[in-house]
Amino acid sequence: MLKIAKYVIYDILRSKVLIAYTLFLLVISFSLFALETDGAKSIVSLLSIVLIIVPLISIIFTTTYFYNSYEFIELLVAQPLARNTILLGEFLGVALSMAATFFIGIGIPVLIYASSSTGMILLLAGIVLTLSFISIAFFASVAMRDKAKGIGLSLLLWFYFSVIYDAIVLAFLFSFSDYPLDRAVIALASLNPIDMARLMVLMKLDISALMGFTGAVYKQFFGSSFGLFYTIGIMLFWITLPLLASVRIFKKKNL
Amino acid sequence: MIEIQKIEKQFGNLSVLKGVDASFNAGNVVSIIGPNGSGKTTLIKCILGMVVPDNGSIQFAGKNILNDYSYRQQLGYMPQIGRYPENMKMGQLFAMMKDLRKSAHVLDEELINEYQLMAMQDKPMRTLSGGTTQKVSAALAFLFNPKVLILDEPTAGLDPLAAEILKAKITKAKEEGKLIIITSHIMSEVEEIADSIMYLYEGKVNFYKTITSLKQETGEEKLGKAIAKIMKSQSHA
Amino acid sequence: MKLRCLFYTLFFSLFCKATTVTLCKDCPVQNFKQALQVIKPYDTLVIKKGTYTCINETIYKPITIIGESLPVLDGKQMDEILVVMSNDVHLFGLAIANSKCGSMKDYAGLRVFKARNVIIENCQLTNTFFGIYLSDSKCITVKNCSGKGAHYGKSDTGNGIHLWKCDSISITGNHLEGHRDGIYLEFAKHCTIESNLCERNFRYGLHFMFSDNDTYSNNTFTGNGTGVAVMYSKGVHMFNNKFLNNWGDAAYGLLLKDMSNGIIKNNIFQNNTIGVTMEGGTNMRFEKNDFVQNGYGLKVMANCRLDTFVLNNFSGNTFDASTNGELKENLFEKNYWDKYEGYDLNHDAIGDIPYRPVSLYSVLVDQMPYAIMLMRSFTIDLLNKAEKNIPSIVPETFIDNKPIMKMIKRR
Repeated sequence: MLKIAKYVIYDILRSKVLIAYTLFLLVISFSLFALETDGAKSIVSLLSIVLIIVPLISIIFTTTYFYNSYEFIELLVAQPLARNTILLGEFLGVALSMAATFFIGIGIPVLIYASSSTGMILLLAGIVLTLSFISIAFFASVAMRDKAKGIGLSLLLWFYFSVIYDAIVLAFLFSFSDYPLDRAVIALASLNPIDMARLMVLMKLDISALMGFTGAVYKQFFGSSFGLFYTIGIMLFWITLPLLASVRIFKKKNL
Repeated sequence: MIEIQKIEKQFGNLSVLKGVDASFNAGNVVSIIGPNGSGKTTLIKCILGMVVPDNGSIQFAGKNILNDYSYRQQLGYMPQIGRYPENMKMGQLFAMMKDLRKSAHVLDEELINEYQLMAMQDKPMRTLSGGTTQKVSAALAFLFNPKVLILDEPTAGLDPLAAEILKAKITKAKEEGKLIIITSHIMSEVEEIADSIMYLYEGKVNFYKTITSLKQETGEEKLGKAIAKIMKSQSHA
Repeated sequence: MKLRCLFYTLFFSLFCKATTVTLCKDCPVQNFKQALQVIKPYDTLVIKKGTYTCINETIYKPITIIGESLPVLDGKQMDEILVVMSNDVHLFGLAIANSKCGSMKDYAGLRVFKARNVIIENCQLTNTFFGIYLSDSKCITVKNCSGKGAHYGKSDTGNGIHLWKCDSISITGNHLEGHRDGIYLEFAKHCTIESNLCERNFRYGLHFMFSDNDTYSNNTFTGNGTGVAVMYSKGVHMFNNKFLNNWGDAAYGLLLKDMSNGIIKNNIFQNNTIGVTMEGGTNMRFEKNDFVQNGYGLKVMANCRLDTFVLNNFSGNTFDASTNGELKENLFEKNYWDKYEGYDLNHDAIGDIPYRPVSLYSVLVDQMPYAIMLMRSFTIDLLNKAEKNIPSIVPETFIDNKPIMKMIKRR
């Protein structure tokens, strides 16, 4: 598995797409910190990049990479290697390179300019989001044989998690606004990795606003040690579940 | 060596293999022939574990290959069209395969040497011609000294000299007691290297006989004519 | 006010031919009650280090009491501790501790009743129900004192410094914590409250009721239920104060209710659930304040009229502003809003398009509070953008027509 990951990382480094992505993130985050005198505002802008751009790039890059390395996977499948080893090796390779990219592109500027606890949580959220969207991308690519369909499904999933889902939540809250929804809201947030990551950062960034009546509910929940374990558990769930599903499909897949 | 029982495979609505039974033994060269779309490649991929059959079982040296991968230690595969990571250089490809397989067998680098592949080891795989890529595929298949070789259209795309080298290598492997499974459309070539022929037609085994018995039964000297005669007699019946 | 008080001080110093009485464990005068009987008007009582029982003792004479090394007057939780009922009393360096607590009467550590020209300086009040209680008095100075509430952290405690029907009081440099209200003013006029620190008081740091023409400046209010509440008062001036860290449901940096003619200038509102909330404010002027990192910077109710907000900075707030209807006759101009996305083509440092501080999302959150969980969601950003271009739900008149492009630096 580690060997496969190693060759995947070699291959990704040679393709230069990821290097361009790293530079893109570096330029964006450095210019956000340099142009904006107000550090908190830069963090807010970075947050929207972490919540929108990072999942998008993660999912698209992984899907295209998967289809482009189809030959490599075919080659490996005919070798004495277990299929889950092959897929997990691929995942590990992509995950390590994407996480490193994120860490260099956003982590280093944050460490230099805003190494507060908010900055750290932002980095953690970003890395967790990167990993879960790689995992989701693996699911989409393994499920679809056709490259165009696979990328289409990936884009659709990204759009669902970043836009449609919150619109559904809004509609839900609107329809049931007369009921106590504390638990329902936490459950709703758990069903979307982007929402979970967002709430993680909000607990630091907008703590003042969250101390209002309903916000206090979240603060109480996510601030407790149970809430912390819950958050970590849900985020791990979002990394492992799509991956396990894709391993399941891949084991039976015809190449 | 390989026992196949009632293999069935469907892709969507299309039924590709409709209950194939066969048994392949060591020290033989078996040629699987049949028209396009008869299921040759699918059968090979089933043996390789790249395609999982819907029904039936495949045993390799007495063990079911389902959910197993260690038997592929004993397998060398040369695909019809070899596709390799585009950015990888040829030398790196060989190094990687050696690294990944970590085979206990003595490496067989005869083909690498005879095709003089190391002279091109710094070329990325995407820049290689179709023929050279086929040479790489052949060399990889033999590299780990496997007990079973599966070659899908091995000489297609090779120049005559390279094809001769490969055929000689196949004959040598057979003499070493290996099982070689080949698909091919070129009857003269089949006649030259194969012992038995398995004819697949619309997902079923039409016949599976040794070349000698085929020729005897039909009384033809040429394999091509012998097969044509059998086909004709079957369509009459 | 200053002049009047100065006049009294001069008048008092004409009688300064004072003798000194000393109170200590080995002195002829050994208890505080005896000392108060022995001492003559305009004399000085020096109290040496030690603890002296003092249960509801009253000073009827104009005297000076000086504590050396902070002697303790202990009320033993029996009643009030010390009452001043004479003009021209000066108290320096006393520790006053352990008053009775109760809901029937406002027991105080130090009560000043119907007196003028009293100075209380460097005194420490601990474990008292009310700390310093001034009523029907004029020209009193409370300076560099500290107070810690009796039931620290609980709700059944009184106020740190309590003013009732007072005039011309100066409260400076005090530190008050753990009371109900740090400083409370009711019917108190012409008072100056300066450089105090009020923290962790469970209701308000500073509380005005029906108190007109007062000024408070350079104070810090942090971690109180609400920083400062000013209610039913006119002409209160608020300068250079810091309102910090007031968190919770209904927690504000500054709460203004039925106010008029006040000036709020050069203050900082930071890390509050709501920076400033104003209900029924008329003719109020907000100038050069910083609203930083609050949940809501500003909540202005629709019953506010003729108010002016100029040259304030709004940055890092989750929501800049919110209201509950249409604002009429209020002026927002030349404020800096960090969420402003307009441009300045003519380079006059003023944005060319107006800014609406109330976002669609803040209106949504007001109507369905659980929507707070969608904060900073991409979907919400899209909705906000759409609403900004075609306003239909956000109040039409809550608008800054001349938003400035750069944050105003003033410190």
